[in-house]
Amino acid sequence: MTHKLNTTEIAVAGAKIKVLEGGQGPDLLFLHGAEGPDTYSSVYLEELAKNFRVIAPWHPGFGHSERPKSFTKVDDLAYFYLDLADHYGLKDAVLAGASFGGWIALETAVRSAARFSQLVLSAPFGFKAGGRETRDIFDLYLVGPAEWPEYFLADKSLLPDYPKRSADELMGIARSREAMTLYGWQPYMHNPVLGRWLHRIKLPTLFVWGDKDRMVSPDYGRAYAARIPGSRFELITGAGHLAHVEQPAKFRDLVLDFVGNKKSAAA
Amino acid sequence: MKIWHFSEQAYPDAWTKDPVSLRVTLPNKHFDPVEGGKLLNRYLDEWAYCDEIGTNIMVNEHHSTATCLSSSCTLQLAILARETKKVRLLCLGVPLANRTDPVRVAEELAYIDCISGGRLEMGFVRGIQYEISAVNSNPVNMSERLWEAHDLIIKAMTTHDGPFNWEGEHYHHRQVNIWPRPIQQPHPPVWSSTGSLSSVDKIAEKNATVTAMNSGLRAKGLFARYRQRLAEFGRPRPGLDKFAYMSLVSVADTQAEAFKRLDKIRGYLRTTTIVGKGLANPPGYAAAGINADLLANPQKGELGIIDRDSKPVNLRTAPHEALIDAGAAFAGTPDQVIKQIKRFHNDIGGIGNFIMMGQGGDLTHKETLDNLGLFAREVTPALQDLKEPEDAASEAHERVRERAAS
Repeated sequence: MTHKLNTTEIAVAGAKIKVLEGGQGPDLLFLHGAEGPDTYSSVYLEELAKNFRVIAPWHPGFGHSERPKSFTKVDDLAYFYLDLADHYGLKDAVLAGASFGGWIALETAVRSAARFSQLVLSAPFGFKAGGRETRDIFDLYLVGPAEWPEYFLADKSLLPDYPKRSADELMGIARSREAMTLYGWQPYMHNPVLGRWLHRIKLPTLFVWGDKDRMVSPDYGRAYAARIPGSRFELITGAGHLAHVEQPAKFRDLVLDFVGNKKSAAA
Repeated sequence: MKIWHFSEQAYPDAWTKDPVSLRVTLPNKHFDPVEGGKLLNRYLDEWAYCDEIGTNIMVNEHHSTATCLSSSCTLQLAILARETKKVRLLCLGVPLANRTDPVRVAEELAYIDCISGGRLEMGFVRGIQYEISAVNSNPVNMSERLWEAHDLIIKAMTTHDGPFNWEGEHYHHRQVNIWPRPIQQPHPPVWSSTGSLSSVDKIAEKNATVTAMNSGLRAKGLFARYRQRLAEFGRPRPGLDKFAYMSLVSVADTQAEAFKRLDKIRGYLRTTTIVGKGLANPPGYAAAGINADLLANPQKGELGIIDRDSKPVNLRTAPHEALIDAGAAFAGTPDQVIKQIKRFHNDIGGIGNFIMMGQGGDLTHKETLDNLGLFAREVTPALQDLKEPEDAASEAHERVRERAAS
């Protein structure tokens, strides 16, 4: 059975944003990576919707979500998602995030985990692992706009054919990239002090990483996971940076297994 | 009409080193610092010659590129401020959106105005898209940073009764109180450049001189918008001194010689857009709508010049005649060039400043001096008394102004 997702619009913290919603079960808030929750595929959300009530917003400034002019930092997004969790009245929800959205999820959890029970991360940005002359995260601004997806996906069949996309979708993608650039230009896609405070995260935490990730390596992911006591690290073979998008069934199984075993994971 | 000489100060010896990108990623091992130093001195010598012949000076800056060796407007003007005695000194411009400390910019410019005896003209620009990575500047909200930095610099130059503080959206500074301060009161003239209607509005709002950089006939629309905005603000109709145009210039005793030199100067047009794909247009530099369109139609990438029938003219490959007809180059004997400039002046609604790229590409020192000298002797005098083209513009301005006031 497939679970259809609906697009709705909500207003939180002065921003009208678009949200994909659907499914039944415990709440799962998914903070998307790349340009939006459904830019390359929404199958992973439909898979999750078999077991969860999925809430997948476009970040402020991404897609057709508004960005209040004063939102310029990932800190703003972290507080925004705490407001959004209040808006939905989330209780014991799974907080999930991928790539840039994984960074937001971690910044959110460092501030307050009151409404969340577990943390699931697919190749999150946000952390500084290497030395000062090591760029941990691939510099997207070296490659042309049409080539970005090649760095997100190992599965070439998912690569978009831009001339076939609607003007509306392309506008959304362009807005997303602009917003991600504003939030993540410097320090590039990370917060130098996030690592210092990751120990504050007491939630059971799962890291998922594609072994073919061209944006940021699994070793970076292992170093990241080591900062959160008791966290679990799972490699998805054959997947690129958006492993959850490329192998949705495998991702869902990992999430379900993790959520079912949360008590032992947290111990 | 005031005449200015500008050179991008290229380093042509490295132009063959990488067909993909002459900017940002081209290793600087391809720059020979001893030979490069001689070349930089040569370019300065050509500007020093301008002081002898009464041609004003314009400099610019770019970063990490073999297409332009100047990395700082103010460094060059600091040298020329002492080396020259008469002509005006324009930087066009300081890329303010890339500067973390506008107060420092104000200090340097004030210093140049003092050294030069009040000959500075201050061009402020956003910075070009190609070097965003080289200068590590966030490509989003650059116009906001440009104009906030502009406001801070103007306030720094016009505040004389002790320090003020600045806690803006993009810049923070305590105890702003610059020493020295500029000679020109209330501050040296402000310029900016643009290729788009959307950025003309801010230039008009700030009463800056608007410069079209080799935009050809598109300049007409840009200048009309400037005049319209001033009218809507209820301000007087601007004089021609508020309008500037930059283009390639080659004059010689024969058309054949002038065209041969123009071909060398066009080395600039052939190389300036050779830049790696990702570096060419980072997200946020252009409006999202433009970038969305480019995803669907990547071939649209180049904003070109148009001819009199609004058809595109390829700046790299079009024949010299086509460039001249579109106002993207002026070349020939002095008489031919005078006619070309007068015609273009009328086409675009009139300019009070003509910036000649009198050196470009691998045009030699001797050829450059010849070009500059001949222009100053035979072309400049013929352009002195150009009036605003006769049309109903002035009357229309008054109507808009009255409506805005009522």
